[in-house]
Amino acid sequence: MRNSGPGLREKGKDLLQIRNLHVEGFSDERWHPIVRGVDLALKRGEVLGLIGESGAGKSTIGLAAMGYAKPGCRITQGSILFDGIDLLALNETGRRRLRGSRIAYVAQSAAASFNPAHRLLDQTVETVVAHGIASREKANRSAVDLYRRLQLPDPETIGFRYPHQVSGGQLQRAMTAMAMACHPDLIVFDEPTTALDVTTQVEVLAAIRNIVQEFNTAAIYVTHDLAVVAQMADRIMVLRHGLTVEEAETRQMLASPSQEYTKTLWAVRKLAKPEVPADEYLLTIDNITAAYARTVQVLQDVSIKVPRGRTVAVVGESGSGKSTLARVVTGLLPPLSGSISFAGQALSKTLKTRPKEILRRIQMIYQMPDNALNPRQTVEEVVARPLEFYRGLKGAQRDRRIGELMHMVEMSETYLDRLPAELSGGQKQRVCIARALAADPELIICDEITSALDQIVQEEILKLLMRLQRELGMSYIFITHDIATVRAIADQIVVMHQGKVVEQGLKSEILTPPHAPYTERLLSSVPEMDPDWLTRLLASRRI
Amino acid sequence: MNPVARTVLQRLGLGLVTLFIVSIIIFSAIAMLPGDFAKAMLGQSATPETVAAFQREIGIDRPPVERYFVWVGQMLHGDFGSSFASRTGYRRTVAEIIAPRLYNTMFLASMTALIAVPLALGLGILAALYRNGWFDRLVNAVTLTTISFPEFFVAYMLAYLVISRDTFIGSEFAQSLPHWLAVSLNWILNAVPKFPTLSNVNDQTPFWEHVWRVALPAITLTLVIVAHMMRMTRAAIINMLASPYIDMARLKGMSPMAIVLRHALPNAWAPIVTVVAFNLAYLVVGVVVVEVVFVYPGIGQLMVDAVKSRDVPVVQACALIFAATYILLNLTADIISIATNPRLLHPR
Amino acid sequence: MTSYEPIAQVHRLRRSRTTRAKTALKKAPFSAWFGILVILGYVIVAVFAHWIAPYGETQVFSEAFAPWSQQFKLGTDQLGRDMLTRLIYGARNTIGIAVATTLLSFAVGVSLGLLAALYRGWLDQILSRAVDVLMSIPSLIFALVLLSIFGSSITSLIIIIALLDSTRVFRLSRAVGLNVAVMEYVEVARLRGEGPKWIIAKEILPNVMPPLVAEFGLRFCFVFLTIAALSFLGVGIQPPTADWGSMVRENATLITYGDVTPLLPAGAIALLTVSVNFVVDWFLHATSGLRDEK
Repeated sequence: MRNSGPGLREKGKDLLQIRNLHVEGFSDERWHPIVRGVDLALKRGEVLGLIGESGAGKSTIGLAAMGYAKPGCRITQGSILFDGIDLLALNETGRRRLRGSRIAYVAQSAAASFNPAHRLLDQTVETVVAHGIASREKANRSAVDLYRRLQLPDPETIGFRYPHQVSGGQLQRAMTAMAMACHPDLIVFDEPTTALDVTTQVEVLAAIRNIVQEFNTAAIYVTHDLAVVAQMADRIMVLRHGLTVEEAETRQMLASPSQEYTKTLWAVRKLAKPEVPADEYLLTIDNITAAYARTVQVLQDVSIKVPRGRTVAVVGESGSGKSTLARVVTGLLPPLSGSISFAGQALSKTLKTRPKEILRRIQMIYQMPDNALNPRQTVEEVVARPLEFYRGLKGAQRDRRIGELMHMVEMSETYLDRLPAELSGGQKQRVCIARALAADPELIICDEITSALDQIVQEEILKLLMRLQRELGMSYIFITHDIATVRAIADQIVVMHQGKVVEQGLKSEILTPPHAPYTERLLSSVPEMDPDWLTRLLASRRI
Repeated sequence: MNPVARTVLQRLGLGLVTLFIVSIIIFSAIAMLPGDFAKAMLGQSATPETVAAFQREIGIDRPPVERYFVWVGQMLHGDFGSSFASRTGYRRTVAEIIAPRLYNTMFLASMTALIAVPLALGLGILAALYRNGWFDRLVNAVTLTTISFPEFFVAYMLAYLVISRDTFIGSEFAQSLPHWLAVSLNWILNAVPKFPTLSNVNDQTPFWEHVWRVALPAITLTLVIVAHMMRMTRAAIINMLASPYIDMARLKGMSPMAIVLRHALPNAWAPIVTVVAFNLAYLVVGVVVVEVVFVYPGIGQLMVDAVKSRDVPVVQACALIFAATYILLNLTADIISIATNPRLLHPR
Repeated sequence: MTSYEPIAQVHRLRRSRTTRAKTALKKAPFSAWFGILVILGYVIVAVFAHWIAPYGETQVFSEAFAPWSQQFKLGTDQLGRDMLTRLIYGARNTIGIAVATTLLSFAVGVSLGLLAALYRGWLDQILSRAVDVLMSIPSLIFALVLLSIFGSSITSLIIIIALLDSTRVFRLSRAVGLNVAVMEYVEVARLRGEGPKWIIAKEILPNVMPPLVAEFGLRFCFVFLTIAALSFLGVGIQPPTADWGSMVRENATLITYGDVTPLLPAGAIALLTVSVNFVVDWFLHATSGLRDEK
């Protein structure tokens, strides 16, 4: 029965019981707690979603359910009962017999988790044969059957390919087939779709959900994405800092979370900004075509206008050319043809030929603040350099301006003597913003600046950027793959696909139907917080 | 074209080009000889006529490009020219000097490689599997120490050990020790086989006698090479065991043996072969010093003597042989790495 | 997986560089301490050789190969020179030449390597191909060829070894330089309009220091061993300069009589390289965190 949403399936008796689990990890020469006393129970055929931000301990709990601790981690306390067997009391050989055959694992990065030296089929049936469950031929036949059920193309022959010969989405489904090969009682899914594009994610989610239902397998589904877990899980457990925040049936959890932290998590998705139409254009990109190494065209005939004091969100999946666009605007990648004008003047194509004053007016913020900050420079050095470089500020003037900038990004001046390693991810991104502001720019290019951050931090950064725009009147080009972010901050939207602009216009125009076909597919693939969303979407696509 | 074949051909071409350039560099050695070289060679008493004759003989009077091609052409026919040690009426060709010694060096190097490679790979894999355990720590400390030793130190230490077998009990040092200690130390020393400390062999030496005579040089080289190779093997294996697909194999419940044999090994050929080639190349160099210590008539000792007497044709020929071996070893490693790379074997 | 860090611990991390170095030293293992002390000892002996040594560097006494005695603590060598004196002066000469060579090799290798990493293009191509070729000849062999042409003076020894060794330094500094040059903070500096001087001095150099410092130790060992080997072979440092490599060769015959003296200079070489290796091993461990335990 395909249309049974989560929570409607029949559940059996208790399968997994974790009591008072403590796990520690070794870093900086000492042991730190990762999981600090978590209880968890799972029935046969039930899917439990573990959700939380980075450092919540959700992956660690998922692995502990297999009686496994990552190298450099150790389970210090608690009990893990799997079908009445105490996994921690068992010796390693005993645990090994359960792994793969009765408890299986699906990892986040399928590309790295498949052995490059063996064919997919050989890896899929490896556990079946090794645990002596079925003969090789029989295992091969049922593997092909699994491939078919997971809607892999050419199920008869795809198993003969090597991991590097198939796409990421297919690999993730092949890994699910590998986990399913022994018909395990429990599968641990560790962020299985996080590395995929949204349009691919939908297919993988649907395939995973179907097969788990068909085999009535119990699952622990680890993710940081609420909308995804809403589709997959019967029950959701929210974790933070290695502790359980709350736990409830999916629908109840979505409708009425009881804890403050959960409410904040839920609220993040609702940030939205009213759009403001353009009145004057700051940057005009005309018919830009660009390529790396003169062969692969990554941008084809792209034209975009950026209004002054507004935000243009450039949306697309990986390979759409959206980051290349940023490189062209900054002058890092001279275009093959086309022109760019900035504040009424033609912008020269290469970085070297642009005057310092132009460089000052266009600033850039990156996805990974870790890579964008020199690990050997203090916050003060980072923020002060543009002041000294562009405006020659010194002494008290410089110090006063640094203070103002720190105030603008809502950071205390006590952070000035810190190195980046001593800051949190959100704080690092604020320092990057302060560095951009120090140049008094008119245009800031933000390249996926929130996608490496936790959701609550994302929201704070987005709010900060909106406030700064209101106060200082800069324009933003906001490059992102995340539709929620677009809703939150955009005035205008540019949708890109395979190096071309699919459509562009005011946010309201783009986000309300009718859409261009690609935009339709992109928008409809973005998971929603409604547990019936996936079921509905699949039904509508099948028509 | 098949990408493996293409890449292999590319590497072969690159190897040939490198060898070509290296031969030019080595050849230029003669061209770079200082002007008073002939005088230095022939002594202060040399007459201008003899100097001119000598210069004609080594061919300085002809244009360098022509000389280069003559040199390469002769070498391809196995003619490496004449040694400066030749005198009128007594021509000694470089080839006849080198041939027996090349055999000796190859004998020593192969014998060392046969012992060292399996030993180092075995120890390296064990240390990687039981890393941070006592075995790993011990091996780490010992190898870190041995790689810091100059080869001649290891060589003389071994020689000293063998000699002490006979001299220890009579030495002042032994007499200063308590009697029981001296006796037991002597007993231990006597367990050391009485290896020859001079490895003099000639073309009449029977095979097993040859093996026996080069025992000490071979052990010395083995100690040095094993330390390097084992550390590199350990690092390569640890690096690979940290990859996500090994974690996955553990989570699939594979046995440690299956993990190593099925999942690690097929991907380990490239790093291991690189390590082996690197160390065999190192062996080629280590041979020079060890041959001198044990007075073993190999090509390394020949080259050192030639350098001292500035017998440039011999130096050139030896250098070219060493360089060619070195290039060949690295080339082989490259090709094996390519041929075992699944991404190249099974293109999209 | 990052673990949860309360704010109090962030404050704990804020220490100046010197205190950080001090705590790192406190936690250093025995081998590192041993290494540091031994290196200090060698440096003191090398610097004060003139005052420590009982006799002059080339002072000859009547008895050659004299046994150990009150007058000659470690006996005399094949020409009747005091072994202890030669050993002490040997420290100065051997270490001094090795340090000079390593410094020269680094000056050439690091500057060219970082330039190649930053500018790429034809400069990088030419330098990298040249280094490939130079490295395809074993360096001891190449050194032998060059020494046979230029003769074995100390200057030519230093220049030849330094040039051959700088190929390895070039490769390493180019590789680590490339890793840093592609970082976004370098791109930020370029977008800001900074010149190459700032980028190399402020953005790249501070981030490649730890691997380069470690490499300096390892290269020193290698250079030191190469020079010792050449001297041992009789084509390195020439008499009458006291040097450990040649001392071993000149007195090697004594070993046949069960005399341990010729092993002393060899042991002196070994002890120093072991110590440097111990320190480098610890330094690498300390600057890279726990590399083995992932």
